[in-house]
Amino acid sequence: MQGRIHSVETFGTVDGPGLRYIIFTQGCPLRCQFCHNPDTWKMSDGKMMTVQELVDDILDYLPFFQASGGGVTVSGGEPLLQCKFLIHLFKELKKYGIHTTIDTSGGLFSSSPHYLETLDELLELTDLVLLDLKQINAEKHKTLTGLSNEHILAFANHLKEKDVPVWVRHVLVPERSDFDEDLHALRSFIDTLPNVEKIEVLPYHKLGVYKYEALGMDYPLEGIEPPTEERVRNAEMILGC
Amino acid sequence: MATETKEKLQFTGGKWETEIDVRDFIVNNFTPYVEDESFLAGPTKSTVELWDHVMELTSKERENGGVYDMDTKVVSTITSHGPGYLDQSKEKVVGVQTDAPFKRSLQPFGGIRMAVDAAQAYGFEVDEEVKHIFTEYRKTHNQGVFDAYTPEIRAARRAGIITGLPDAYGRGRIIGDYRRVALYGVDRLIEDKQEQLRSVGANGMMSEEVIRDREEINEQIRALHELKQLAESYGFDISKPATNAQEAFQWLYFGYLAAIKEQNGAAMSLGRVSTFLDIYINRDLENGILTEEEAQELVDHFVMKLRIVKFSRTPDYNELFSGDPTWVTESIGGIANDGRPLVTKSSFRFLHTLDNLGPAPEPNLTVLWSEQLPENFKKYCAKMSIKSSAIQYENDDIMRPIYGDDYGIACCVSAMAIGKQMQFFGARANLAKALLYAINGGKDEVSEVQVAPAYAPINAEYLDYDEVMEKYDDMMEWLAKIYVNTLNIIHFMHDKYSYERIEMALHDKEVLRTMACGIAGLSVAADSLSAIKHAKVKTIRNEAGLVVDYEIEGDFPKYGNNDNRVDDIAVYLVKTFMEKIKHYKTYRDAVPTQSVLTITSNVVYGKKTGNTPDGRKAGEAFAPGANPMHGRDKNGALASLLSVAKLPYEESLDGISNTFSIVPRALGKDEDTRVMNLVAMLDGYANKEGHHLNVNVFDRETLLDAMEHPEQYPQLTIRVSGYAVNFIKLTREQQIEVINRTFHESR
Repeated sequence: MQGRIHSVETFGTVDGPGLRYIIFTQGCPLRCQFCHNPDTWKMSDGKMMTVQELVDDILDYLPFFQASGGGVTVSGGEPLLQCKFLIHLFKELKKYGIHTTIDTSGGLFSSSPHYLETLDELLELTDLVLLDLKQINAEKHKTLTGLSNEHILAFANHLKEKDVPVWVRHVLVPERSDFDEDLHALRSFIDTLPNVEKIEVLPYHKLGVYKYEALGMDYPLEGIEPPTEERVRNAEMILGC
Repeated sequence: MATETKEKLQFTGGKWETEIDVRDFIVNNFTPYVEDESFLAGPTKSTVELWDHVMELTSKERENGGVYDMDTKVVSTITSHGPGYLDQSKEKVVGVQTDAPFKRSLQPFGGIRMAVDAAQAYGFEVDEEVKHIFTEYRKTHNQGVFDAYTPEIRAARRAGIITGLPDAYGRGRIIGDYRRVALYGVDRLIEDKQEQLRSVGANGMMSEEVIRDREEINEQIRALHELKQLAESYGFDISKPATNAQEAFQWLYFGYLAAIKEQNGAAMSLGRVSTFLDIYINRDLENGILTEEEAQELVDHFVMKLRIVKFSRTPDYNELFSGDPTWVTESIGGIANDGRPLVTKSSFRFLHTLDNLGPAPEPNLTVLWSEQLPENFKKYCAKMSIKSSAIQYENDDIMRPIYGDDYGIACCVSAMAIGKQMQFFGARANLAKALLYAINGGKDEVSEVQVAPAYAPINAEYLDYDEVMEKYDDMMEWLAKIYVNTLNIIHFMHDKYSYERIEMALHDKEVLRTMACGIAGLSVAADSLSAIKHAKVKTIRNEAGLVVDYEIEGDFPKYGNNDNRVDDIAVYLVKTFMEKIKHYKTYRDAVPTQSVLTITSNVVYGKKTGNTPDGRKAGEAFAPGANPMHGRDKNGALASLLSVAKLPYEESLDGISNTFSIVPRALGKDEDTRVMNLVAMLDGYANKEGHHLNVNVFDRETLLDAMEHPEQYPQLTIRVSGYAVNFIKLTREQQIEVINRTFHESR
């Protein structure tokens, strides 16, 4: 079984508990304006890797996982584009008791029984989902990401039903996702999700700008600066971080 | 019956009472500490005032171009100078190298020419009579070495295939057991040496070895008498053991001071003193004659002295070892053979000087890390590392089985049992250049001179891995031979003309000597061979037919990504060169070892080495020590650590240096997470049998700003390769090299 992989980062410290081995999968259906990994969008890029190749490498890091309560996080790109691959990968990782996390936008969610069967099998093997709730307002969500948030909210509800632990993450972008009324609405939505263990505000940063230049793309948030510390604190307060 | 008070004054007895055995004293008397740092005390008023004075002198020194003052007339010996003080009324531990702080001493025994050059570089002129004496009447180490060097050795040295050799500076890296002065008093040590003297040659065989031993022991005894005189000049009688903490610090420091007055060694390391001194502090605290503030003050004042150790050094030396380092390495922590952590309150107190006095490169604070260390201590180390970038870590779990539980680190990464072992420091051989010699049949790619034997060069347009490896093997064999020969000459002459009398007086009679060879350019050589093996490498020749450049077609695995296809090559090189070193006879039958360490000479090595098949351009700096090349470790920090951890310590017992730089936010979101993650990283690295790690936590921007505004960063400390420096004291070139290194960032 092969997956399409963009790259790995062996010292992840912000995407889940402890030290994380992060697999960035290749390919994403969203076009988030603030994305700092636009090089992971294209479905055809990246390199094909087998489950075995990844597991062999990951096992080298066991002492670091054990010392920190860490594990493996699959990020992207959109990892759920490769559900079958993840099922195989996580099954292997579970043999060694490794903590598994998926970092997803949930944008691919569908209620088709076929899709749900695969997804639920994967969720059985998943210890934590990092769920990006980028904008609770459907229209603003479309501006920000290119797609509506309908599937994403449905996905959140599905995770509730399955009682999968979730950390909600909200990327705070001035003029896009930093409006008090939306933040309150988001909080109200989160209130309906008892499986949410943690809420994080991720202040928008410009570290990915150079990648747009390298890819010859226009930077969609040209002129927008990272949020002030005050706005970050405000969001954290409203969301109850 | 002894009274209650009297009983507290007694130490627990043991073998140490009848023999010189400091370790036995420590394990019988130390008090492990597993709680946190909340007991620590801030600086006293005297401490603050003394440190302000030091900072003022430091700033004057910088304004003066790097040297504040220099003695140009009085040759430094243990007893050469009268007392000198920072401020006698405030100092709890006294003694400076000359008669005033920041006045550098004149040490011509290593080489008069170097002493003169070092003075001239800073606008001083060595006294004519001294020059005359050391030219006409008294031969020096440097002259001795060059008398014995062969033309082949000279050529190899000039080309930079072996370089950084201690033939023009003091070899250092010998740790006297300075604790003995405090525990036994000097008279007892003299008696012990006299007894040793009686036993040497007692069987009537007056061999060369016996003659040398008898002369050396007599020199040691003489040095011990001088040590007493040195203390007397400050008003102390150290013939008897220290009776309280302040005396213990002072006695021990006099031992160390004598060493740095007598020797301008490249690394003048301290050993492992904090837990030893803790025993005295603890007793005084229990007896109610010392408070925590006073205990910390002793540590602060002692450390302050260690911070102002200075030597006169030539610009050539500074190019190799940049930033005025002295390697007053102090080893802290570790685990005792019986499983108890050797962590005491004073382990914390020593690290706490980074708060009380602010960060500084010296003493070179080295934590002997073990997964078994108390959690609170681990966290405190990580916290101080994040704050100061001034701490290095070495793996006690892999060193303890070899050196026991009373070893220290000399210089950067070299472990040695204290008072029982010494090394002949051997700088390093350039493995990357040796690869180019293999390709070019022994001709230097820069000068085009035939430096190595004229083995058949490679004539093919595209490099073939097997052919290159075969020729490389021959070239490494030649290199190992000429290298060991060179070191034999150097150390023969150093013993003869610049013997470390007081340091060796604080050793046992039977000393294990190691011949500490080293390699540079490991990552360049490994990546080059990986390119040859996994991509296609085309040679580009000049008119004379020498290969001077390479074109790489295709991609290849690079060292630093936990990829065995190339990491195995690096491992192979380490093993192979060590094996070759063992083929040759060493001076004094020293046990051959090697290190993968460059200190800051990775810049000089790079400068002297042409284009390499990994795509590195001529003149570009090598990566430091065992580090992957700058920016080639793409899979994150842990992958980089794992590649280095694969290098076999048992084949590189002099140490494997890894320097790690990370920006704060990549270590975690908040302080607690950062501390936890760093602890986990160090535990994981230790578990993977990595040997050494320098930890730097800062942003590249900070360094760039410090380059522009050095005056605003007088104490900005960074770890380079096995030591820490004041960033602003590095040469511009060195600063740029540091900034170009891989900084692990979040993504």
